[in-house]
Amino acid sequence: MIEFKLPSLGADMDEGTLLEWLVKPGDEVKKGQIVAIVDTSKAAVDVECWQEGTVAGLLVAPQQKVPVGTVLALLLEAGESAADADKYKCEMLAKFSELAQPAAVAPVVAAAPAPTAVPLKKSALAGRRLITPVARKRALELNLDLDIVTGSGPRGAVTLEDVEQAVTKLAQGAAAPNNKQADRQADRQAEMRKAIAAAMSRSKREIPHYYLAEPIPMARALAWLAQENIQRPMAERLLPAVLLLKAVAQALRKYPELNGFYRDGAFQQAVRVNPGVAVSLRQGGLLAPALLDADRKNLAMLMQELGNLVKRTRTGSLKSSELSEATITVTNLGDQGVESVFGVIYPPQVALVGFGRIIDKAWVEGGQVKVQPIVVASLAADHRVSDGHRGALFLAELREQLQQPEALEKISDTNQESEPP
Amino acid sequence: MTENEVQQIALSVLASIAPEVDGEQLQADQPLRKQVDLDSMDWLNFLLGLNEKLRVEIPEADYVRLVTLNDVVKYLVAKLP
Repeated sequence: MIEFKLPSLGADMDEGTLLEWLVKPGDEVKKGQIVAIVDTSKAAVDVECWQEGTVAGLLVAPQQKVPVGTVLALLLEAGESAADADKYKCEMLAKFSELAQPAAVAPVVAAAPAPTAVPLKKSALAGRRLITPVARKRALELNLDLDIVTGSGPRGAVTLEDVEQAVTKLAQGAAAPNNKQADRQADRQAEMRKAIAAAMSRSKREIPHYYLAEPIPMARALAWLAQENIQRPMAERLLPAVLLLKAVAQALRKYPELNGFYRDGAFQQAVRVNPGVAVSLRQGGLLAPALLDADRKNLAMLMQELGNLVKRTRTGSLKSSELSEATITVTNLGDQGVESVFGVIYPPQVALVGFGRIIDKAWVEGGQVKVQPIVVASLAADHRVSDGHRGALFLAELREQLQQPEALEKISDTNQESEPP
Repeated sequence: MTENEVQQIALSVLASIAPEVDGEQLQADQPLRKQVDLDSMDWLNFLLGLNEKLRVEIPEADYVRLVTLNDVVKYLVAKLP
């Protein structure tokens, strides 16, 4: 029996609201398939399942808020039958009722309908509002409260058309301000502020940060980039941010003690290099979804994925792996005009690399003063895991990587196996 | 296509990237990126949107000439196919 649990989507998440199931009992689930949409304090997230099986029962109904780790659904492994699922569920319930102090998950499981597959499915559907995925996505984009939309589809399902109509109606009545929607937006912002506050307070409380900075000459990298971009169609042009990200990913392969997590009093080095890219949201707040396996992608792929990631971060359609798999954070505040940034590590990660604006400066090279574009790279790292000496070597490696931009275009050889989370 | 039409297209592309922008409030003769919070990815998407709508190729070397909305509009009108 496979327990599909609500994953943690970052240090600042301890519960989530199930918005929608994308599977039903009887469905076969493939590895990496998106099976549910869960609302966190920061965003609605497409939650992937990393095990294969057949859905036996959905234990949590849409609109239910549950803690991280709650079993959301049971999946049958090959050879198991629905009867096995029923038995398993009974055992689960029995285990929870035995506990003197019910765990946080107990009431949730107990609240789930009777332990047979059929009624479970029915009652899960009864409490559920049917909303087509496109309608939900559009409503999210528009920040529209779906409660005020009347569904016209089969069984009262809310369709894309319903959403568009509701928006038009709202716009027509715009003279009377829609307080409910404004409140919702304000709630969301307050929630996000709280989530960031919790994660950053934890970081500053628990992580002994040390900080280093290094100005890096960018003339070679930018000249190479300009030359590359002349040859590329507009849609495939590269931004300097992509070179910086790739250089970080490459340098991390040599300094793996900056890439991973500090959990239960020990450092766990990550196998993959998944830099989380800090993306600011227009309504305030930020998310740092992971650019998965950045060390193994060429610049064109990284550019495409970065563009896609930024877009999806802002429209609220990130995948759970992107929020839970970042092994380090990279923040690029250069666009806002600052020269350097010293970040706060996002726990349980152990390092953060910051880049400021690429700026023309007087630079001495071979006894001559020249004007050169310079970017200040900074490292905030966890002193429990690494020391300033290694951190300094990492920044030196980063500088070297950026002096050979053509090498960044290559995909590094690797014999590591791709390990899904 | 007139400058006015091109400006309307530019504003609609901008609105798709930065929905909070109020076209009325925007000062067309002042630097665009000082008025609208556009990072380098947003800026590239803005230019890409214009490229898709107007079929004008905008080489990277020309970015420096595109400071205000007026600059952008004049540049596009001159290069319209």
